[in-house]
Amino acid sequence: MNIRTIAAVIFFTIVSVFMIFSALMIHPFGQPDAQAMDQYIIDNTVNETGANNGVTAVVFDYRGFDTLGEATVLFTAVAGVVILFRRLKK
Amino acid sequence: MIDNLPFIAVAALIIIGLYAVLFRRNLIKIVIGIALIESGVNLFLVALGYRTGSIAPIYTSSPGGIMSYPVPQALTLTSIVIGVAVLALMLSLIIHIYRHYGSLDVRKLGGEDQ
Amino acid sequence: MKGMSKIVKTIANISFPFIMIYGLYIIMHGHLTPGGGFQGGAVVASGIVLILVAHGSEWMQTKIKEHDLSLYESLGAFCFILLAFLGIAFGGVFFTNFMVNTNLPFGQIPIDGAANLNTGGTIPLMNLAVGLKVIAGLFAIILVMAIATLKKEEST
Repeated sequence: MNIRTIAAVIFFTIVSVFMIFSALMIHPFGQPDAQAMDQYIIDNTVNETGANNGVTAVVFDYRGFDTLGEATVLFTAVAGVVILFRRLKK
Repeated sequence: MIDNLPFIAVAALIIIGLYAVLFRRNLIKIVIGIALIESGVNLFLVALGYRTGSIAPIYTSSPGGIMSYPVPQALTLTSIVIGVAVLALMLSLIIHIYRHYGSLDVRKLGGEDQ
Repeated sequence: MKGMSKIVKTIANISFPFIMIYGLYIIMHGHLTPGGGFQGGAVVASGIVLILVAHGSEWMQTKIKEHDLSLYESLGAFCFILLAFLGIAFGGVFFTNFMVNTNLPFGQIPIDGAANLNTGGTIPLMNLAVGLKVIAGLFAIILVMAIATLKKEEST
């Protein structure tokens, strides 16, 4: 039992107690707070975007900038993996 | 208390993943623990936007009624893709570590004993 | 990695077209049913990885090079950004949906409950671009990792 194991046990206990208390004291499942933004999106999706899928309209039209960031992260990960496995040609 | 069952499942997933990251020695088991934590966070995001008795936010021949919020589901989609990207980079680094050091034990890598 | 036996190769060859059609259906109908670019791209990439595992990476290396995959991925990212910039030229801001309510190809608005394929504005085109990007990216990751574990005496 060295200092690293004791520190890991203390950290694990604190985080697990915090998680269990948060899961019991959060709002009841199925009754979130009223959101004006989501209500506007549900009412006006078909007229403004012309799509029948609410989630795709949010991903590509109302929040398209986040999809651009996600495409950049995927591109960077693929570039990193291909660079790591290059074989040097003589 | 039993009504909050999805949130208790989220807490259980994160606790199990954290145990695997802190108290295991094999590198592959640590990576599996990180994937478990990411799954717990995705479940939490999806469970935030549910209203009791609601249907999916699709309008093609929908039976009518109130709909779930679509914004947390869209953010979960982004989170899953970022999880895949981080996992791919971690696994390729593990392949290089195994080739260089010859073992996957995390306590023999740094050059310190125990 | 080496290939598998004759039975596995035959079954993989038979089930590959069905997986591809299913994945392309999910990509193309992303604005009508649940799905979209990312989900359909993951399904098609799984089908291609099935062929790679069944036939071996040496056979796969004679069919496609890693250089072509980076071309397809860059093409998908470029089309996505081009569609976003065309919103500035036609409408007002970045990412404007400029094809809705006009006479361009995808310009109708669905009347309640019915689902046509030519609705949605720029959303189907963005689905195709992102689907191509995800297919090429996931296939490149798996192919590079399969080739790297092939020859052990020539490691860097």
